[in-house]
Formats: sequence, structure tokens, C-alpha cells
Amino acid sequence: MHINIEKVSHQYETKQGMLPVLKDLSLSIKRKGFTAIVGPSGCGKSTITRLVSGLIKPTQGSIFISNKKITSPLSTVGMAFQNPVLLEWRNVIKNIILPLEIVSKNMTYNQKRSNALDLLKLVGLEEFENNLPSELSGGMKQRVSLCRSLVHSPEVLILDEPFAALDAFTKEDLWDVMHKLKKERDFTCILITHDLREAVYLADQVIVLSGRPASLQYDVKTNFNEEKKISDLYSSEVSQLLATLRNQIEIAQNKND
Amino acid sequence: MIRINNFIIPLFSLIIFCLLWELLVWYNNWPNYKMASPSDLWPAFWKFKHLFLIYGWETFWRTVVGLILSVLVGLSLGILMGFSKTIRIGLYPILVGFNAIPKATVVPVIALIFVGMHNMNTIIIVILISFFPICVSISIGLSTLEREYEDILLSLGANKFEIFYKIALPKTLPEFFGALKVSTTLAFIGTNLMEIIEPHGKGLGHLFDSGKISADYPLMFAVLITLAVMGIFLYYIVVYLENIFAGWAIRK
Ligand SMILES: Nc1ncnc2c1ncn2[C@@H]1O[C@H](COP(=O)(O)OP(=O)(O)OP(=O)(O)O)[C@@H](O)[C@H]1O
Ligand SMILES: [Mg+2]
Repeated sequence: MHINIEKVSHQYETKQGMLPVLKDLSLSIKRKGFTAIVGPSGCGKSTITRLVSGLIKPTQGSIFISNKKITSPLSTVGMAFQNPVLLEWRNVIKNIILPLEIVSKNMTYNQKRSNALDLLKLVGLEEFENNLPSELSGGMKQRVSLCRSLVHSPEVLILDEPFAALDAFTKEDLWDVMHKLKKERDFTCILITHDLREAVYLADQVIVLSGRPASLQYDVKTNFNEEKKISDLYSSEVSQLLATLRNQIEIAQNKND
Repeated sequence: MIRINNFIIPLFSLIIFCLLWELLVWYNNWPNYKMASPSDLWPAFWKFKHLFLIYGWETFWRTVVGLILSVLVGLSLGILMGFSKTIRIGLYPILVGFNAIPKATVVPVIALIFVGMHNMNTIIIVILISFFPICVSISIGLSTLEREYEDILLSLGANKFEIFYKIALPKTLPEFFGALKVSTTLAFIGTNLMEIIEPHGKGLGHLFDSGKISADYPLMFAVLITLAVMGIFLYYIVVYLENIFAGWAIRK
């Protein structure tokens, strides 16, 4: 599923009047691609995720998934956020099957459970099937949240800073979990992040947005290695790329000032 | 072990409370009419045990029915106010104003509107006095649901109703039970307001009143203690329900 964002502008109605958040943003994401979007805080990244998932409609322009214009939410999209938003009254497995209760109402519970278990094994949490979210660590919760976003086999996965609240080591573990999930479940992925290393490590395309109102500022392919390893992040090639991105972010922030 | 502690500790504190009370009365040498002591209560209670049974039941069932109805009223209003900002803005001043009116002044009004319908009068007062906390807690719970919780379902094309019963309602249950505990104790105040202010020969409030008329102070105290015991009983029923339906929110 390739995604095309074409000349999208968006503004919010606020108490102080209209707030333009996106301005003439155009970008395309290839089928099965993994695109990271970075940009200054408050520039409109989460707005993009809400637009692509069909939760809100752009003020101007259109978004296409596989050449079909998005007008309302699609069940072929999965989402995960910085806040894992697990339902505390449901155990891990029941949390994961939640999307199936909406999009696959005819599926039996056992089928749902086995779908969920497959993912739970991939993220290494199969022993925690029956635990409540309050019994999990932050990293574990985020793994469960990822499983939930993938349980209905979406073709597009939208991640809004899912690892931002985790410590450095847990984060790196989850990056590898992401690699694994991507390999097993080949989906098109949009990742919003503030972490340039994360962007470079996970994505094959990194997009830098300008300050608000955001438009495309920089677009780069990062396929430096098919099988990425953490140690690759310290290669000179990657260091150079990180420096370039760092520089672009600074330009974006200045524009914002 | 935890179960036993849950029983022993409250019992222990109750015994200590009674001992201190007895001691206070004994130390100050207070006569019966100033302050009855626990040891005076049992004889008073025993003497009128059949009346306690009849009147106690009358008070109890009217309180429970009133409480159940106030849950229904509070839930419906709370749900409406939680989902519609317009309804919320429109109803709050009326509800707050209404709640600020001392219910003792409403009692005669109700009694005049529904002359002779004692059970109904009492139940109406119970509803009026105890729906408010439930209504407020539900409306706040629903209106402060974080956007992401809605988004995970909305982005899959779920409708409002699915979001309500899969997420919003279960998520507000802990607040609901908190409010229900407050409402439970308020409900007894409601029943007795009616029974004491507009005596119609029913309920513990009436027994209290007759104790007052015949200057039987231990009887009056015994009524109060019975009310307290019934309140505790109902409270623990709510706790029991809370454990079943919202046990996940209780820290072990
Ligand atoms: N529903 C809304 N109504 C009004 N303004 C909004 C709304 N949602 C977001 N905004 C505003 O739009 C701007 C962009 O918000 P958005 O959440 O898309 O930014 P972001 O890039 O995700 O920020 P961050 O990096 O902090 O997550 C912000 O200034 C925000 O205050
Ligand atoms: Mg954001």
C-alpha cells in the first residue's frame, strides 16, 4: 500500500482563531516502505497521523492509500502511540484482540487468541498472556501496544513516538522488535519520532518537516544496509547522515522562531 | 490471611471505639439523657427488638430502592452530560443549584405534592439526595477520556456505542463506585429526613421520634447505631460489587 499525501494543508480552530498546522505538504511513501517523520515539537506530526488514519479530514488537499482517497477511518490501518493506552481491566491477550472485536466480529475467540499469541511470541511476551497491564513494565506495555496495533494484520502501521518514554536500552530492544515485526508482517509503516538514531535505524526514508505550519523540508533514503545492526549506527556513513539530519532540524527550528 | 485481616481489623477498631465511648461516659459521669453509653443500648434494643425489625426493614428497603433508582438517574444524566458538551453546560447550573438546596426544606414540598404516598415520598427524597455524586463522577469520567483511547477504536471505524461500552464505561467504573459509596451513606440521610420531618408512622426515623417523645434516650441512641450498622452493611455490599466489577483498579 503506497501512501500519497498531496498538497495537504490543515488548520485547527482554536480560541485564538485558525491555527495553520500543515501547509502544502506533499510526500509519498512507497509500498511496504518504512518512513520516519521528524520535525520540531508541535509542528504537526501527530496531525499527519490523524489525517492518514482518516480520523480527521484535511482542510485542503487529499491523501491516498493505494490510489484511493481517504475520507473516513480504514480498518486496514493500525496505530500505536507514546502512551500505550492499554485497557487496565483487560489482561494482555484481551487487550491485543480489541481491534479484532471491531473489524472481525465473526471470528471465534480462539482464532482471535491465536492471532494475538503469534504476535505475543514475536515480541517475547508469551508468558504474560494472562497478566494485567498494571503488572507490566513500560517496555512490556509498549510491546503489547505494538501487538494490538498489528493483530488485525493492517497494511499500514502508524506509530506516533511509541518509544519516546522508554530508557535507552529498552528502546534499542524495541527497535529490534520492530525490525522483527516488520520482517514477519510486512506492512507500510509511518513512524513519528524525535530520535534521529531511531529514525535512521528503523526507516528506509526519513522526512524532516519544517516548523509550523509544516511542509516538506528534507527527504532522504537511508538504506545503508539491508540487515541493520545497532553497531551500524556508529559507522561513518550513518554519522554523516545523522549530522545532516541534525542540521536540517536546526534549520526547521529557526524557521519556527 | 488477607481475608481474615479484612474482618478482624475493622472489628477490633469497632470494639476499641465502643470501649472509649463507654469510658468517656463513665469518666464524666454523664446521665443517660445527656449521652447514653454502649452498655445502655443493648437493653433498649432488646426491649423493642420486634419494632427494630419492622421499622428497620422499612427504612432499609426504601433506602435500597431509592439508591438503585438514583444510580439509574445519576447514570443516565451522567452519560448524557459526559457525551454532549451542550447538555453538560446546560444542566450543570441547574443540578448544582438543586443540590445546594437543603433537602430538609424539600421534604414538606414533596410530601404535599404526593399526599399520603409515604413510600414514594421517601424514595423521591433518597433519589434527590444521592444521584448527584454519581452523575458528576460519570460525566467527568466520560468527558475526560484521553483522546488516544478513542483513537485506537475510532481509527478502526468503531461507532460511538462501541467506544462507550468497550472503553469509556469500564474505565469510569472505579470513579462510579467511589461516588456510589458516598451516595450510599447519603441515601440513609434521605430516608430518615423524610421519616423524621414528615412522620408517617414508618421506619427507624419514626422510632427515633417516638423515643424523643417518651424521652427514651437509650432508644434514640439505639436507633442511630442501627442506622450506622445498616449503613456499614450497605457500604460493604458496594465494596463487594466494586471488587467484582472494578477489582482491577484496586491496588493489592
Ligand atoms: N484538536 C486540536 N485543536 C486545536 N489545536 C490543535 C489540536 N491538535 C493539535 N493542535 C495544535 O496543532 C499543533 C500541532 O499539533 P501536533 O500534535 O500535530 O504536533 P506534533 O508535531 O505532534 O507535536 P509533538 O512533537 O509535541 O508531539 C500544535 O500547536 C497543537 O497545539
Ligand atoms: Mg505529537
